[in-house]
Amino acid sequence: MSIFLIIVGAIFVNNVVLMQFLGICPFLGVSTKVKTATGMSAAVLFVMTLATLITFLIQKLLLIPLNIEFMQTVSFILVIASLVQMVELILKKVSPPLYQALGVFLPLITTNCAILGVAVLVSRSTFNLVEAVVFSMATAIGFGLALVLFAGIRERLDLYEIPEAMKGAPIALITAGLLSLAFQGFSGMV
Amino acid sequence: MKLWREFSKGFFKENAVFVLLLGMCPTLAVTGSAINGLGMGLATTAVLVGSNLVISLLKRWIPDKVRIPVFIVVIASFVTIIDLSMAAYLPDLHKALGIFIPLIVVNCIILGRAEAFASKRGVVESLIDGLGMGLGFAFALTLLGSVREILGAGSIFGWSFLPEGSTTILLFILSPGAFITLGFLIALINVMRRRFA
Repeated sequence: MSIFLIIVGAIFVNNVVLMQFLGICPFLGVSTKVKTATGMSAAVLFVMTLATLITFLIQKLLLIPLNIEFMQTVSFILVIASLVQMVELILKKVSPPLYQALGVFLPLITTNCAILGVAVLVSRSTFNLVEAVVFSMATAIGFGLALVLFAGIRERLDLYEIPEAMKGAPIALITAGLLSLAFQGFSGMV
Repeated sequence: MKLWREFSKGFFKENAVFVLLLGMCPTLAVTGSAINGLGMGLATTAVLVGSNLVISLLKRWIPDKVRIPVFIVVIASFVTIIDLSMAAYLPDLHKALGIFIPLIVVNCIILGRAEAFASKRGVVESLIDGLGMGLGFAFALTLLGSVREILGAGSIFGWSFLPEGSTTILLFILSPGAFITLGFLIALINVMRRRFA
């Protein structure tokens, strides 16, 4: 039951992009086409789950026993940056089709603050290993949901006349605001 | 004169938030009130000045191939210093900003200035550039925070100017208000830029 609550909470109620404002850069940057949005979401799902798993183990097995929790920020960001590089190398060798689908998005992920954000959120919570992994996967699915929905809206937005000053970022932000308003309706559900 | 230009570009011409659209996550997340926006802006400025200074000092000894990891370690160290100092001296603000303090590490403005400016220019210029860009960011966050606080809570910097019991537009301090307010502010600045350019 609690696993189910974690999943619903992370996808809808506390949506990572629209409610917690993590990963806004790719949200605004890569979401002009549904196809690229899907690719980016898949890459994030992959990296976020792995990164949370590894940083969770580092926190519990290394930082806390050695009493060096203040090294959290430095160690997490280094782990995430090298993880992304490693995933890129491994995918290239092991699964070229998957690499072709996700490859271009991988370098962008290092600067996606949702990855580090979720790792820090998990380290500050009381989740056990299974809950942490489920939480990170659900968060990534929530990210994908917001990204794909937003991309769908933006594809249509191109067809309409928009006042000159509102073109580009302003109309994208206001659209995101309305989407966020819709997600506000989920609050109180869990 | 030249230094003044490096300093002032961060406020208007190359404002990180309104023009370059960098550092959007903290911009949207912590601007529910003017004071949180200002606090976040100043914390980012401190990290930016520190990292620009150290990177411009070390640039001759940093091998080109591993420069990005080196930059990230320098930035993460300054973030840790700021994080711990704020927890000690400004516990309320530290609590209000939450995970967005460690997330200063992945703020693209800081890595962007390290890569584009501090790794190529002199120490004084880099220091001024960091200060200007950082304060420009703080200015944008304070402006956004003020607008949201005035409309959403009827107060400014915590000082309430509405009579007791009057209603405010709560939407503006909730998440959707962040996106909508920033959208309209950028549109306003686009209009002003076109008018004066």
